[in-house]
Amino acid sequence: MARPYDRSLLLILVLLLCCDGVRPILGAGGGGGGEEEFTEELLLKPLPDKKVLAHFHFQSTVPPSDSIGRHHHLFPKAIAQLVKKFHIRELELSFTQGRWNYESWGGSDPMSNINAKAPGVELWTVFDLPPNDIDENWKGLTHALSGIFCSSVNFLESSTAYSAPHWGLRVNSSSMRYGALPREAVCTENLTPWLKLLPCRDKAGLASLLDRPSIYRGYYHSQRLQLFSTGPTGIILDQTLTVVLQPSVQMDNIPNSYDRFLQPNWSIMSMFKKKVTGQCVLAKASTIFIELENSLAAEIEKLGCGESWKNPAFELSVKPDRVIRELNSVEGKSGSTLYEFKVVQYDKYEHLDVGIKWKLPLVWSCPQVPFLASRFLMGSGNERGSIAISLRPTQSLEWFLSDPQRCTVRAVVFQVVPWYVKVYYHTLQIFIDGKPMPVTDVVEKIRVSPSEDKVSPGSLEMMLRFSCVMSSAALTMDFDKGFLHIDEYPPDANQGFDIPSAVISFPDFYSSRSYLEDNSLEQSPLLLKRQKKTVLQSYTEVLLVPLTTPDFSMPYNVITFTCTVLALYFGSLLNALRRRIGEEERLLKSKDPKLVGLIPRILSKLKGRTPESCQSASPSSASSKPASKWLFKVVFVAVVAVLWHFYFNTD
Amino acid sequence: MPAEEDQTKQPRPRPRLIVLIASYLVSHSSIFSVVCCIAGLIAILLLPVLAKNTYISENALMPGSANPVFSGQDVSEAIRLVKDITEMRKMGKTTGIEIQRLIVQRMADVGGEAYYHKFQSQSNQFHPLRFFSCDSNLVLTKSGSNTSYGLNTVGIIHAPHGDGKEAIVLVTPYNGENVELNDALSLGLGFSIFSHLSHVSWLAKDIVWLAADARYGEYSSVSAWLKDYHNPVFFSSENVDANMQNTNMLNGRNADVFKRAGTMAAALVFKITEKMERDSRDSLNIYAEASNGQMPNLDLINVVHYLAVHRQGFRVTIGKIVYLVNSAWLNLVGQILEWSNKLAKSLNPKWNFGILSADYVEGVATLASSMYYQALGVPTGSHGAFRDYQVDAITFTFSPRFYLNNENVQSSFLLRGGRLIEGTIRSVNNLLEKFHQSFFLYMMTAPNKFVSVGVYMIGFALLALPLPVVAAALFLNQKATGTAGIQEAKIAFQSWKWLHAARVVLMIHLWALIASLMPYFISQISNLTATESMLLWVVGSISILLVLYMTLGSPYSRSGDVEWQTLKAVMIASVTIGLGLMSIINFATAQIGALLIVPLCLLVRPLKRHMQGALSLRVLSLVCNPILVVIGFPPAALVLVKGFSEGFGGVSIGTVWEVAEFLWAWNSATYLYVFLVHLPCWVLCIQILFHP
Repeated sequence: MARPYDRSLLLILVLLLCCDGVRPILGAGGGGGGEEEFTEELLLKPLPDKKVLAHFHFQSTVPPSDSIGRHHHLFPKAIAQLVKKFHIRELELSFTQGRWNYESWGGSDPMSNINAKAPGVELWTVFDLPPNDIDENWKGLTHALSGIFCSSVNFLESSTAYSAPHWGLRVNSSSMRYGALPREAVCTENLTPWLKLLPCRDKAGLASLLDRPSIYRGYYHSQRLQLFSTGPTGIILDQTLTVVLQPSVQMDNIPNSYDRFLQPNWSIMSMFKKKVTGQCVLAKASTIFIELENSLAAEIEKLGCGESWKNPAFELSVKPDRVIRELNSVEGKSGSTLYEFKVVQYDKYEHLDVGIKWKLPLVWSCPQVPFLASRFLMGSGNERGSIAISLRPTQSLEWFLSDPQRCTVRAVVFQVVPWYVKVYYHTLQIFIDGKPMPVTDVVEKIRVSPSEDKVSPGSLEMMLRFSCVMSSAALTMDFDKGFLHIDEYPPDANQGFDIPSAVISFPDFYSSRSYLEDNSLEQSPLLLKRQKKTVLQSYTEVLLVPLTTPDFSMPYNVITFTCTVLALYFGSLLNALRRRIGEEERLLKSKDPKLVGLIPRILSKLKGRTPESCQSASPSSASSKPASKWLFKVVFVAVVAVLWHFYFNTD
Repeated sequence: MPAEEDQTKQPRPRPRLIVLIASYLVSHSSIFSVVCCIAGLIAILLLPVLAKNTYISENALMPGSANPVFSGQDVSEAIRLVKDITEMRKMGKTTGIEIQRLIVQRMADVGGEAYYHKFQSQSNQFHPLRFFSCDSNLVLTKSGSNTSYGLNTVGIIHAPHGDGKEAIVLVTPYNGENVELNDALSLGLGFSIFSHLSHVSWLAKDIVWLAADARYGEYSSVSAWLKDYHNPVFFSSENVDANMQNTNMLNGRNADVFKRAGTMAAALVFKITEKMERDSRDSLNIYAEASNGQMPNLDLINVVHYLAVHRQGFRVTIGKIVYLVNSAWLNLVGQILEWSNKLAKSLNPKWNFGILSADYVEGVATLASSMYYQALGVPTGSHGAFRDYQVDAITFTFSPRFYLNNENVQSSFLLRGGRLIEGTIRSVNNLLEKFHQSFFLYMMTAPNKFVSVGVYMIGFALLALPLPVVAAALFLNQKATGTAGIQEAKIAFQSWKWLHAARVVLMIHLWALIASLMPYFISQISNLTATESMLLWVVGSISILLVLYMTLGSPYSRSGDVEWQTLKAVMIASVTIGLGLMSIINFATAQIGALLIVPLCLLVRPLKRHMQGALSLRVLSLVCNPILVVIGFPPAALVLVKGFSEGFGGVSIGTVWEVAEFLWAWNSATYLYVFLVHLPCWVLCIQILFHP
């Protein structure tokens, strides 16, 4: 534990080093490739439903460790050690809050395809190890990550929580492990360690925009960490943060018919309550992009406004340094437009406050995934139910296909179900356009690993192939709800149990963007990433299954009840064991008949009869008269006693 | 058991204490049953005194802890929609789907996901096999002939930070064919809440607003939507496809696609009604009874009641039977209680039940209505559809103090209604787990007082307790008449003579089963009025009874075989089993049934039999038996209840048929109880009464 004095001294030292020592090194080794590098980028994009997407992208790279040694200047040491210790080839960890709205925010552009994640925590890793050692390393890795990110990633350690997809998530990945925690809450305690991995933290550069109240107020918040490690290139660490924010609107002029369709004006200052005061001095490049979706760009072009930054449709607050056009493969359609701003020219005295001001109301839509997937539960009650996945084609399907009439598309479903939801995979039913189809006609490839109680979850990888012209497809699978042992229930068990999101990917479709100017792209990992061909995939909803839960609040009742049952059982057992009937009969024979038990004697005395007559006549109604008299006496005495007690005791 | 021992051994072992008590009870069965029955009646009459004040059991609900932010601006949204709808009505465009279009457009404008839900009105057909299982496929097969469609509109707001696992459902039913002002106002209220919630940041659960087209009944539209939500049918025939050709598009999206929002946490059904009589305060009426006496969690009612009374100043009422409020004997009971309360207080100041005569009468009237609706087994509103899917739901109707035409009244009324619903949603939104803390088995005696299961089952238990005792007494008496003791009773256990009586009882039960299924065949015959159907049913039932007598033998033909005591014992045993089972399915039915049938079962004895005992007892029996027989006969009891509550003018034979039809159409277990437990018992009582 460093004392405050030491810490501040250290800070000064680091600052000194930053300002004086590192900059020349960076400047010298900028194009060399043998150095550690750091770039920071921010992409802002207006969304059709008046929201704004902000995507921060920080990349740190380090060359192979044998060339640079064990010491790092920029690259976080914790991550480098992690990669080395657990032999990670690829890793992705995401913390997400809120849901990505596939319908209005799009799903087929690289931005949403890569950055839309399932709610909660998701972790997948590809190891560079023989299959037998993977599980051991996965357990260690989850604990290490949980320590680094202050989260419950270590819950993924248990074998009931993760699975090993073979081809469902990525093609040919046998050394992969996948786990998800849908209930994990995401907050600043996860962001702070994530920022610590950046060389400037959030003290300078683009990361200083991350004002906690602003970014956590958003509609979607996904914080990711991605690692690639290969022998020749070293380790690449991508840290991204994607938020969807609602720019504040003046409420007073909303109901006017014209203004209602006008997009809200926004700037960095209005969204993040902070300004860009220069770049992180350690960064090789620091850039801000504003992207206009291709359908929006087409809309603007229709108005005849071109790509200038100040036109009748909108106006940017700062003149962009460069305008990058997407090179669209389909002729006659305009691609998206990127306006680039270099942060390096700005400093504390001259802020960069990028913003956009709309002048004309514009309506556009984002490119969607070819099929919108939704998953839901069917049935009610605590016994059984079914999981259904429905696929609906969107209008963008035609955009993807050259000949929509005679073709087939493939879809891969990857779904992990916890063991207490016992899915019967043989009950898989497929309906296409409302008609039941034989499973063999539609399923091209399927791999099922059934769940094992308290050992492993069930996972399903399934490749479907169907015609492009279908209007709806639905899969259903029945399940039974299992019973848990009382100590296996998580806290708040009455809420129900989560089934993590299913991943549905479309191996026939790729998301990629290509840009005209190639020489500049090497500077920007963000644009490079967008150029990469990635398979389209989308996440479905998390499901909540209500299971039967015991009444946790009444352990006392259970204890008393059990004890009573046990006492009765052992009492009668002992009674039966130690009783000797022959002996008893002998005793009775030898005994005086008048020596009977206490209660019958009292009874008989009250009745004024001999014990013999009491015994013989008890069930008959003939003796009811004296008995009722006796009963009356007893009741009378009891009532008097109770009244007496209350009258004198209570006041 | 000592009973198994050899008879010859002279000094018999003394019986165990428990056997002694049992035999003592059996030997004093008559006094025991009288005491128990009277105690049971008193226990039921005392229920309003024993009622507890409601309290909010789940801490997470925190009702009223946040200030409502539903404002005048939201009200103006509502007023705007109401104006648009009334204008539409003036232009005569309300028969089609213009209103639905308008609502969906508005929902999409405020940022919700909106869609149309088309459903078929399904006429409730009695099908004996569908009593406890709702099979969706049966409805679909005969969809071709009946093509009357309704169109619900549904909007979903996704909680900005939520993960979409849970949803809160709001329902506003309105008549799609003829929109009245109160319907328009309920829609306006629903929409203003929807638009208000679309831009709040505290939502953790999704909000679903269902504007239910109630042209074929509120319940059917809501239940159709719920069925599609929980059990969608993927299999569709060409017929349905043809209807769906003209798809509704909205902002470039297909607005016919069914969308979902996760597991439902709770549902609130609300509407605005215009009351005839004026009141000093705006009132709020809560309905909670779902099918077969199921109730939502008490916490839900508590939250609404708390917010309505302590925050928004509504007067909360729940249903009560007005007839009872004015009844003289109940007022007398109330006064007796008040007087005894005073007496107790004078003896000891701490003995204070604190109940006034008027309060007591009100409590009884409310309790009776609560019990009646639970016993009927028919939901009191469209919230009943939610309970079938284990979702807690209540209906509340707002009724304003003044006429609704006044705009100032409208806006202040909508503001308070909106704040109440906002507060309730906020409370439910706070819930981490589903409702499980508070009671599910209870009856209300006032909006803020309830009787829990532990209290109200005392009365039933006391009423049902004498039955097995009396059965045992009769059985043993019959076999061991005279001075014979336990030994002969032991022999009685081994004799199988009671099987003859059991055969008669079984035969009557078989007849009851056939009679209960008969309406299915009668309803297949078209063009019958209710009276004709009823007569047909009665004639059919009686003829089947006669046929059964002829084939299986009348109980009177070989009267030597079947003694009436044995018959009564077996009958009482079967009634005990029936009541016990019913108390698990629907407690209120069992309780009311026990009130009617238990005295009859205990008192019934042959009229012709020479009676021993005092003259007064004989007269009592002669008077009581016919009265009880009349009251115990279900149709007669029904006619009496109807006559006293609504006047005897409207009561006819057809009423019985209509009520039976009503019960079976709602799949009420009360129908099964009446026909499989109550009616056979009554017929057997008649048989005993006329036993030679």
